[in-house]
Order: sequence, then C-alpha cells, then structure tokens
Amino acid sequence: MAAHLKKRVYEEFSKVVQVTHEEAPAKKLRLSKPSKSAALHVDLCKASSSTDALQYLLTFSRKPVEAESVEGVVRILLEHYYKETDSSVRLKIASLLGLLSKTPGFSPDCIVDDAINTLSSEKSHQVLAQLLDSLLVIGSQLPESPAVRLRLIEVAYKNLSDSSFGVRTKCLQLLGCLGLLEAPLGKDSDGPGPSLAMRDVQSIISDYFGDQDPRVRTAALKAMLQLHERGMKIHQIIYDQACRLLSDDYEQVRSAAVQMVWVLSQLYPESIVPIPSSNEEIRLVDDAFGKISHMVSDGSWMVRVQAAKTLGSMLQVSPHFLEQTLDKKLMSDLRRKRTAHERAKELFASGEFSSGRKWADDAPKEKLDTNTVNLIASGACGAFVHGLEDEMFEVRNAAVEALCQLARSSPSFAEKCLDFLVDMFNDEIEEVRLQSIHVLRQISTHITLREDQLDTVLAVLEDSSRDIREALHELLCFTNVSTKECIQLALLELLKNLNKYPTDRSSVWKCLKFLGSRHPTLVLPLVPELLSTHPYFDTPEPDMDDPAYIAVLVLVFNAATSCPTMPALFSDHTFRHYAYLRDSLSHLVPPLRLPGRKQVYGLDSVDCGSGSGSVESAQLFLQQSLNRVSTIQNLEAAGAPELLDLTIRDLQRLGELQTELAGAADFCATFLRCQLLLMKALQEKLWNISVPLILKQNITVTAAAQQVLDESYKLEFLYSGLENRQVATIHHVRLQAKALQLILAARTRHGLDSLISSCEKFLQDVESFQRLFLTELPHLQDSFVEKLLELLPRLSSCKPVEQVKILQTTLRQSGLLQLRLPEQIHRATATIIEPTGESDNPLRFTSGLVVALDIDATLEHVQDPQNSVKVQVLYPDGQSHVIHPKPADFRKPGPNRHRLITQVYLSHTAWTEPSQIEVRLLLAYSSSCSSRLGWTDAMDSLHPAEGTVEGTIPFSKHVKVFIMPKPARR
Amino acid sequence: IGKITGCVFPLQGAGQDVGRSCILVSIGGKNIMLDCGMHMGYNDDRRFPDFSYITQNGRLTDFLDCVIISHFHLDHCGALPYMSEMVGYDGPIYMTHPTKAICPILLEDFRKITVDKKGETNFFTSQMIKDCMKKVVPLNLHQTVQVDDELEIKAYYAGHVLGAAMVHIKVGSESVVYTVSVNKYAKSHISAWIDKCRPDILISESTYATTIRDSKRCRERDFLKKVHETIERGGKVLIPVFALGRAQELCILLETFWERMNLKAPIYFSTGLTEKANHYYKLFITWTNQKIRKTFVQRNMFEFKHIKAFDRSYADNPGPMVVFATPGMLHAGQSLQIFKKWAGNEKNMVIMPGYCVQGTIGHKILNGQRKLEMEGRATLDVKLQVEYMSFSAHADAKGIMQLIRMAEPRNMLLVHGEAVKMEFLKGKIEQEFSIDCYMPANGETATVTTNPSVPVDISLNLLKREMALGGPLPDPKKPRTMHGTLIMKENSLKLVSSEQALKELGLNEHQLRFTCRVQLQDPHSDPDTLHRIYTHLKSVLKGYTIQHLPDGTVMVESIVIKVSSSAEDTNAKVLLLSWSYQGGEYFFTALCIVKRLMYQ
Repeated sequence: MAAHLKKRVYEEFSKVVQVTHEEAPAKKLRLSKPSKSAALHVDLCKASSSTDALQYLLTFSRKPVEAESVEGVVRILLEHYYKETDSSVRLKIASLLGLLSKTPGFSPDCIVDDAINTLSSEKSHQVLAQLLDSLLVIGSQLPESPAVRLRLIEVAYKNLSDSSFGVRTKCLQLLGCLGLLEAPLGKDSDGPGPSLAMRDVQSIISDYFGDQDPRVRTAALKAMLQLHERGMKIHQIIYDQACRLLSDDYEQVRSAAVQMVWVLSQLYPESIVPIPSSNEEIRLVDDAFGKISHMVSDGSWMVRVQAAKTLGSMLQVSPHFLEQTLDKKLMSDLRRKRTAHERAKELFASGEFSSGRKWADDAPKEKLDTNTVNLIASGACGAFVHGLEDEMFEVRNAAVEALCQLARSSPSFAEKCLDFLVDMFNDEIEEVRLQSIHVLRQISTHITLREDQLDTVLAVLEDSSRDIREALHELLCFTNVSTKECIQLALLELLKNLNKYPTDRSSVWKCLKFLGSRHPTLVLPLVPELLSTHPYFDTPEPDMDDPAYIAVLVLVFNAATSCPTMPALFSDHTFRHYAYLRDSLSHLVPPLRLPGRKQVYGLDSVDCGSGSGSVESAQLFLQQSLNRVSTIQNLEAAGAPELLDLTIRDLQRLGELQTELAGAADFCATFLRCQLLLMKALQEKLWNISVPLILKQNITVTAAAQQVLDESYKLEFLYSGLENRQVATIHHVRLQAKALQLILAARTRHGLDSLISSCEKFLQDVESFQRLFLTELPHLQDSFVEKLLELLPRLSSCKPVEQVKILQTTLRQSGLLQLRLPEQIHRATATIIEPTGESDNPLRFTSGLVVALDIDATLEHVQDPQNSVKVQVLYPDGQSHVIHPKPADFRKPGPNRHRLITQVYLSHTAWTEPSQIEVRLLLAYSSSCSSRLGWTDAMDSLHPAEGTVEGTIPFSKHVKVFIMPKPARR
Repeated sequence: IGKITGCVFPLQGAGQDVGRSCILVSIGGKNIMLDCGMHMGYNDDRRFPDFSYITQNGRLTDFLDCVIISHFHLDHCGALPYMSEMVGYDGPIYMTHPTKAICPILLEDFRKITVDKKGETNFFTSQMIKDCMKKVVPLNLHQTVQVDDELEIKAYYAGHVLGAAMVHIKVGSESVVYTVSVNKYAKSHISAWIDKCRPDILISESTYATTIRDSKRCRERDFLKKVHETIERGGKVLIPVFALGRAQELCILLETFWERMNLKAPIYFSTGLTEKANHYYKLFITWTNQKIRKTFVQRNMFEFKHIKAFDRSYADNPGPMVVFATPGMLHAGQSLQIFKKWAGNEKNMVIMPGYCVQGTIGHKILNGQRKLEMEGRATLDVKLQVEYMSFSAHADAKGIMQLIRMAEPRNMLLVHGEAVKMEFLKGKIEQEFSIDCYMPANGETATVTTNPSVPVDISLNLLKREMALGGPLPDPKKPRTMHGTLIMKENSLKLVSSEQALKELGLNEHQLRFTCRVQLQDPHSDPDTLHRIYTHLKSVLKGYTIQHLPDGTVMVESIVIKVSSSAEDTNAKVLLLSWSYQGGEYFFTALCIVKRLMYQ
C-alpha cells in the first residue's frame, strides 16, 4: 500500500518537478557548459602521452555531464579521436560516445553522422566493435527516427564482413535491435544506400548462422530472437537452420538455438514438416518438441536446463508425443524388466501390499525384441525420465516445473506423470522436493492418489524441514484419495507428524479439515473407529486438550457437514466437544445441523447458511450501517455519538462473524471511531467552560487528538486495497486532528512564536492536501477541507489568533465525511506462531553474550514485508529493540500471505531471576505525503525530513518469553 | 595412413564375469597400457595378465610409453605392483589423486589376505607397493599432461567412484578415449561429461551393455523406508558391506535421511579399513557429486554427524540402531558375529545390499533358509527379516550411448563382455551413429585406420592476397579455391605463391600461351573487322578492360585478338585468338561472342 501510494505521489508531482527544472537553473547550465568541455579540452591537449590521455578520459568518465554540454564534449572527443594513434585511447573515446549519448535529456541525433564517419577510417577491430556498440546505444536512444536507423543498419551491413568476430557480433546485435520490422515503403527513398538496408534483415542474419566463430553464431541467433521480441514475424525457413544448430559444438549456440526453435514452434505450430529419411510428415510443434526433448540429454547442463524449461511452455504438442516423454523401458540382459512404478501398480491392482521381501521380485521377465529398444533418447522419448534423473538439481527442478505446466493443461498427462512426481519427493536436494510438492498441489485437481503413492507422499511428513511439511499439508488439503484406507493412513501419519513436531498443530488441523470435507463418504465408515465408540459399551471420554483428539474431531466434523447420517454415530461427549470446539476453533469446525440440539446454537444462526449468500447479506448490512451513519449532518448533530457507537459495535461484530469482510468492517469501524473521537472532543460544553477549568479537559482532548492521528496512520498503512478516494478521506481525518491540535495549542500555550510556526505548518499541510488530492476534491463536498480551502486566502493573511478562531468554527461546522468502500479492503495482520509464550522454562544464557530466539509468524495482506515488517523486543526494564529481519527470512506460501521465520538475538546484563520479555511485530511506514516535492525551491534542502512521518504500527499481539541472563562465571 | 591398434590382453581362462582390465593401445607409434587389473577368481598365475605377451625378451619399459589407471578397483589396478616391480617397468604410471591415495590401501589389504592369511609366496610385498606408488604421476581433472613430446593425456570426471576418470589420449592428430563403466555408481545417465573431442576410437567396457536401469530414486526410497520402519519398531538393522564405494554411498544416504527426518537412533560403522577410506573421501570431497559438494559449504558430508565408530560391545545395547559391518556376504568377521546375535529377534532386519556368492550365509538367507547350521553343530534360527536391496547400479547401455553422443568418436571399441550382449550394443551403435564398432576378444587385436590430417604451412602474404581477391569475407555459403604452390621439403609442407616458389627453387617462369585460329568470311577490310569486333565486344562485355591497341590487335583482359586475311581471298579472314594459361576462363566467352558476331 505504502509503496503504491508513494509511487502515485511521485507521479502526481513529476510535472511540478519538470517545470522547476526548466525555469530556474538555466543560468547554472550556461555556466557549466564551457567550463566542462573546456576543461576536458585543456586536459586532452596537455596530455603528453597516450597513457596520460587515457587517464584523463577515465577520470572524466566518472563525472556526469549536463545534457546541454554533451555535444560540445563529443566534438572535442572526436577531434582528439582523429589525432590519436593509440588504439586504447580511441577505444575509450568510442565507449565514451555511447556513454554520453545516454545522458538523459540529450538527443544524440546531432552526433550520429560524426560517429558513423569515425568508422570509415578505423583500422583496429576492437575500436571498431566499440564504435558499433556506441552506435547501438545511439540508435536505441532514437527510436523515432527511421533515417538514422537506416543509416545505422547500412553501417552494420558494411561491417558484417569484417574478419574480427567482435565486429561481426556487434553488427548482428545492431541489426537485431534496429533492423526494420517491415520493408520500407515503396521506393520513395531511393539511392544506393537504402537498397542495401532494404534487404531482408532475416535472411542476412540467418547467413551468419553458419559463421565459423561460435560467438558470431550465438549473436546471430540472439539477434533473430531480438527481432522476434520486437514483433517481427520470423520466417519459417529459419526453422531448419535453427534445428541444425541444435547439434552445434558450443553450448551457448545450442542454448540460443533451443530458444529459436521454441519461438518458431510457437509461431508455426500447425505447419507440416517432413521427417527426414522417411516420407512421413508431422506438425512443426511436435517436431520441435521432439528436438528440444532430445536436448534434455545434452552434454552441457546449461542447455539441459534451458531445454527442460522450454518444454513446459509447449502446450500445443500432441498428446501422443507428450506421453512419450515419460516412456521408459528397462531391460536386463536383453529381457524386459518392469519398472518399480509398474510393479507398484500391479501389486496395488492385485490387492497385495508390497512385500519387497522377495529376492529378485524385480527379476526380468519376457525377452525383448532388440529392434524395439530405444537406447538413445530419440526425440521426445523419455525426455522427462532423463530430466528428472539428471545429476544437476537445476535440471531436475526445471524438469519438474515443465511437467507441472504440461500437466496442468492435460489431465491425462497429469495422471501419467504422477508416479514420477511422487518419486521426486525423495530427491536429495530440498529445493527439488519442495518444488515437486508444490507442483503436485497445482495439478491436484486432475488426479487421485493411489494408496502406494500416498504412502510415499506421507513419508515426507516426517521431514525436518518445516517448509516441506507445510507444503505437504497444503498439498493434502487439495488431494483426492481413493479409498478409506488412504484416509486412515493419512490421518495416522498426520498424527505422527503432530506428535513429532507439535508446532505444526494448526497446519495439521487445517489439513484435516479439508481432508474431511473432501471425502465425507470415505470418512463415514471410519467414524466408530476414529471416535473409538462401541455399540454396547461406553468408552472413556478422551482428553479434550489432546491435539491429536482435536485433529480427529476436526476430520470427523468436517466430513459430517455433507454427510447427515454421521452425527448418529457420535456419542454424547462428542456433541459436547463439538459445542466447545465450534466456539474455540470456529475456523476449523463448521456448523453442523445436529438433530434436537439446534436451540443450543441459536447464536450461530447467522452463519448456519454460510455461503455466498450470507456474504452478500453481510455486505448489504455493512452498506446499510454506513448509509445510516451518513445521515449525520455534521459533527455536532444531536444523537450522533450514540448512533456512531452503535454502528461501531455492529461493525466490529460483523468483522468477527464474516471473515471475508473483516478488513472492510474493521476499516469502517476505525474510521467511525475517529469521527466519534473528534465529535466528542468538539462537544460544545468543553469549549465553553472558562479558562481555569480547561486544563483537565484539555488532557482528554489532547489525548483524543493524538489518538485520531495515530488511528489515521493505521487506516492508511494497515489496510491494503485502498483507492485514492479513501486515502483522501483518511488524510482529511488527519487534517481535522491536526486542526484540533492547533486549536488546543492556541488555547494552552501563550508563546506567540510557536503558535505562528504551527499555524504555518498547518497551512502547508492544507496546501499539500490540496495538491495531493486535487482529483478527489469534488467528492469532498461540504467537508472541513472544502470550507477551509474557501477560507484559505483569508486564513493566510490574518493573524494566528484569528486563524485559530476560524479553524475552530469551521471544524465544528464541518460535516461528517461519507465513507465509500472500495472493492476489497484487507487488514494487515500478523500472528506469531512461535514462540508460543506458553513455556515456563526460561531461556538461559550468559549475560553479555547473545541468545537466538526463533520467531515464526504468518503475515497476511502485508505489502512489501521485507521493508516494512520489524520485530520489537521489549525488555522488562523498558528497553526496547527493533530488529529488521533479513529479506531472505520472508517466504511467500500463498497470495497475500507471507511467512516470517527468523531469529532475533537477545542480550542483556545479568538478572537475579528469570523474567519475561515481550516480542511483537511492527509495521513500519513512512509517509512522504508533504515531502520535499511540495516545496518549490530552497525549502527542500533546509527541511529534508520535514513532513515525512515515519513510524511503526504494532500489528500483532505480543508474546511473552521467559529469559534468564546469568552472570558470567569467573 | 595412420593406424591405431587396441589389444585386449589374454588372461588365461578368464570367464565373462568381473573384469580384469588390461588393454594395450598403439597409437601414432606410442604404446600405452590402459589399466592393469587382476582377476579375483584365481589364486595362481592366471590372476595376473600375461605380460610376456607384450615383449618376449625385452624390458617392458622399453616397449611401453606409459601406463594409465582409470580407478582404484582391484580389477583395474591389482596387477600394478606385480608388473612394475616383479616384471619390471620403470616408466610413468598415471592415475588421479584419489586413486593414488586409495589404491595402495586396497593393494596392501589384498596382499595381507593373500600372503598373511592364505600363506602364499611369490607375491608382491609392502615395499613393492610403495616402490610402485613412487612411479605414479598424479593427474588432475581436465589437466593436459604431456607424457613426451608427442603423447598427451587428459583426464575427465567419470562418475562417482571416487577419483574415477576417463582418459583422452592424443598423439598428433590421432586420439583415443578410454572409459571404464562410466558412471557405474552415479545416479543418472548423464553424469560423466566429456568434450566433443571426436576421438578416433572410444574404448568402453560393455559388461552391462544389455541393461537399462531404473531410476535409482525408487531403490533408495525402498531402502530408506525399510530401515526407517524397522527403527520405528525398535528393531536393529544390520547392513553387511564391503569397505569401499558402496559403503560410503549408503552412509551418505542414511546420514542425510537421518538429518532430514530428524531421527535419533545411532548408526555405527565398523572400524578398520573403512575409517581410512572415509578419511580419503573427506579429503577428496571435490571429486564427489553435486549434493555432497554443495553441502560442503556448511560442513564436510563425510564428517558424519550421526554415524559413529562401532564397538563390539554396542551390539548388545538395547534400542534401535543401524550397523554397517564388513564383510558384505556374511561369511566371516564382524558382520557374521553381529548377525548371530541379532538373528533371533523378528524385530531386527538384515539388508543385503549386494550379490552373495553361493555357499555364504548371505546367499543362504537370501534364498529363504530359516535354519542355519553353524560350526560345531549348533543351529541358528533366523527370525529376523531378510531384505535384498539391489544397489548394483551399473553403467547401462544408455550411459554408453550418451557418452558416444557427447564425444562423437569415429570408431567404437567394446571390450569385456559377452559376445551376445556386445553384439546387441554393437548393432545399436552402428544403427544410431553409423560408426564402426569393434569387439575384439581376449588377446585379439583390433586395428583402426585413421585419416590423419596433414598440416600445411601457408604464407601469410598469400593468404591475405587471396582474401583480398575474393570479395567480402566471410562468405559462409561457399568454399573458396585459392592458387598457390605446394612445396614439400624434408618433413614440412608449405603452401606459397608461385612467384615465391620460383624464387625459392631458383627456376624461371615460363609463359604458356594458347592460340586459336578462327576462319571466317567477311567482306570488310582487316582494320574494319577488327574495329567491329572491338565495338561489339565493348558493347557486350561490360566491366572488362577492352583495348584497341595501335598495332592492330584487340586486348580483352589477357586475350589478344588479331585479324589477318589470306592473300588469295580477302574475304576469308583468319581470326587469331591468343590467351595465356590464366586467361582460359575468359577466352571461351570472348570466342563465342566473336563467332556469333561473325556469323550474323
């Protein structure tokens, strides 16, 4: 939010900045122009040797040059260029040309001719290459000038036949970046030059596909890709040439060729190409797919990564080819051997669980026909099998990613690649395991896991890496399983996991919630066993605090929502536990229609029909409440406080009940509270009492004003999804609070100077508000600001005391601003999962040394958490530390959700007994609302920090941790 | 012109099982021995290669230029001390650093077993091993070593037996790549990597020519799952292993699994040889696979965190544990002792990670025998679970094919394998790559003819001149012909311009001119005809220099045209066209044009 706002603020002001630039500093530039170039000139003339000159140029290149003096500098440089005999100095000059033409505000078209002229006399290949590079820069600075382009292209053509690879590479680059997309119109631009330039860029570039130097070949391919990126349609003829380059000796060429082939396959997927050495024909995209698949077993791992990645985006490929990529035939002594996957499948089909105890149960079976065995991966055959077994994890990762993309678009392929993905759960590199878990989740809509596969998947639950476990929980939330044994197995493993890593509690419960609601019919037969009920005997009541028991209940209750017969199997205590859990863990336990017990849960009636309808009705309710509030005319209206009070209460409750609307409801409630506070502060009786009594009242009002100010920052930075309109409203509230503060200050303090300065400051605030929200002003009718702006001329001319008086009346008469709700408002929240604050064992460490405290928290709807979220540690002696976590400590498990897993270091001097410290998360903000941009000239430099309000909002509950620094033993 | 011979050593009675590699290669006049292995199955002379085959009476040193050892397995280096010390060879022996470090340990161990335990005589001594190792020159990966002026060798990484290498041997323009069972233990088909060096021959082992392996991941998962389940039940797991290679691999596997799954049960490793080997694995960490190398940033993988040295007394400790013990087939030693202790409990498990020879306890229990007869008539009830875990992930056909694709050899030489299997692979190779494939039997010599390229020096001036002639360079579309004179002097070939050649050889230049007479009828006078020809040529041949010389000739480039009429018939003209040898190309054009003009 803050970042977005800032960006917009800058945009708003960009115009203002430009105006000032044009007007004011003209004099300065005129002064610097001769000085700069003259200095260079003198330096270069003084240079006795080429090394000296080079030295001068080097120091010169470090300093920026003003746009106006660039041309002069270039002239001097070129003058020197022609005199210089040493090629290294010329090289430097050439590179400076490019550098200088990049100067913002300078249009390099005036130096194009000079730069091109230098080419003709140049002998050194290196300098030539550098000159071309500079020309490239110049050319890309002048995208609007076709004439310049044409000339540059011509230059490139001329130098293409240079014997140095560097020059040829640069020429190709130039062609790629500047080559004309369509042939120049007609022959109106006649002459010998354009005819050269009009030749087909593509055919010229493709001539260099066969260059002797691999660097030039790469450059040619890259240039072609550049053309494609710029929107030129690459001819299909290139395809054959590109395919040939796939078997180049050099990896960079092969890598570029893979890209080229891919581009063509996307351009001409349906055209038909012949298969060499047979008279069959196939679609181009299939052919390309086969060829790129072949590259997955290339010798260079860079190429393999490239190829594997590319495969993922070839979605038009025929299913027949796609399925070949998973083909693997095993053999042993020329006899066919079944793969482990096939064996597992067969065992599953025959109803027997894998014994694995038999020796040689993988013994080879039937004889193979030697002709059918494909030893080398020809075409698509087994591409992914190779990719997933690659030695380099980068390749494996790329292959997994590609599998995911392909599987998402093809359910049948998803089914087939399941075995392979599940295999990857046991990869030796964590990144790959994590990646494959994520991938499986993404395709989980297409698949149903078999028991043996589930078994493998569940084995990962014991992984010590939290990321892996949580990813797996996430996966299980979305998984379909086939049998009730699977459910049982999953439950068992999850309970084991819970036992081993108690911190996973919430994640496991959530997982079971989804597992239950997805498979009600599979859970049903398990219920008696799960709840350990018995048809005749009463079983002991399980411990309600046992996380494992809660886990089971979560599973059962969620299954029961769509399975009305299930509650009949519950025993009495189950119903009691349901009532308890429904209240304590309402996000995990859904409302159930329980026979005869409905009256107990009367309160729940709101969310009984929880669904989209209820959200709509809640939305309606929210809107109605706001409408009701909007009837309040101004801050002094009678009965308004009561109405506001009521509405705030309503909204708060609504936020609790409807999680979808929590953000919006909260936002409104906070906003209304601000209004309420203002209203109370402005109540007439407060202001009419005589001065001596005022002191006590003042304190409450001051506090109120401060609170409104704080709340306004919360409103601005804690909520995401705000539009400019709401931001304006918030700023308006802040302005009101500031006005209130000013009035208070005027009443209490008697120093006139301080009053004058604070008045001035307030006026500045008003002005900046006006500037910031110029577009919103029409919506702020009848508001405090509008009235203020009307009075502004008067305000700025009169005395401070008078100003305050005006303010006071305006403030009191101003109406309540209507709040319009944007589409989606979300409140940034943070929950510290660890430390839990439940431990009674103090963390002991030697005083003066540090101890690391693990912090694990989830953040929701926080934008740019890397920069804004901080950890605050409060020691019992009032010391507080703010720690900024490393950017790498933030993970992003889902949209709008972040996970902070970090360590904070604590230290303190020795204590006599353990005591608690508090840890909480802060959201840092910095508003550059009335920042330097606002104040035209010199004011900036004087008050750089003026106006920027930086602060922090605590947005998580604090957690207490017992620590005990011991005195160091001597 | 060139010839490379590869020769497989005759090893008497050698079966088709585990190798006894020893290959002799003659390349460009150099003789190189690749590997010097022994056969584990024999206890007599047959276990070593028959070196007398190389030289009947001369010394080996005179005949061999160098010996290269690919890796430390005894079937590839076991006969080394025998050859160098007992037969006598003083030349250089090349092997990689890890091989050099581990090889003597294995040789010493082997010597101890043969001499000390079996009491054999006529075997190499410890001192001989040491002396032999002194002759070893260590190799680094990708380091080109110049054996002598002409012979150079370069080693490539060949998978994850520590220090295993492929060797590229090059003499002049001829080269050979030798590889043993590439990535025999590596996890994937692609792990060995080699330049596209296009050798004349690629020599490869083909023992597993007819096998395509399944993914190793499945097997690993099965193994880990079994161990994990047993540990969870509170049982003990015994894994009999041999000291090197597989054992380290399994250790790493279990170590990472323990780390991953946060397990606490102890893992023990039986002491002795393995400790020393682990030490070397620790040292040569850079030679291992990516995972191990990556982890090294944090800690050395072989500094095991969970694996501790085993002590005899630990076997009776309660609670779950995993023990690696030697030897691998349960026929003697520590592994058998532990097995006896644990066999009675059905909670325990023994995992056999490899093949067991018939007659060993390992073989018996794998075949389901549940009652074992021990020495002294005691019987042992085997209640513990017996698992077989095949980890012999040998280089399969795909690995070999991959290597061929990478190196692009001109010929292929398969050694060590059953004829049938090799035949299959040979067929496949010929079909896929259309290169020749040889499979010599033991003692047979295969000869490959090469076409070595002949280097020719060319003078820079000539090159520049020719470049300037042919318009813009490079024109990748067509090859370019150039004119020059090839001078063969002593052993060098030189291409120079003809002028220079004449100068160098002290010869005079001879001009060669051809003349052609064309008779035609033309009523005009001679100068008129000539003028007509001149104007016509001028109009047709644009861009050529055409001169009308005052002596009554027309010059088209280097072609001279002259008209003369016979005395009797002034109408019958004789057209003389004369051209030098270089101007031949233009001549015919000119002639055609003139003729056409005349017949009009």
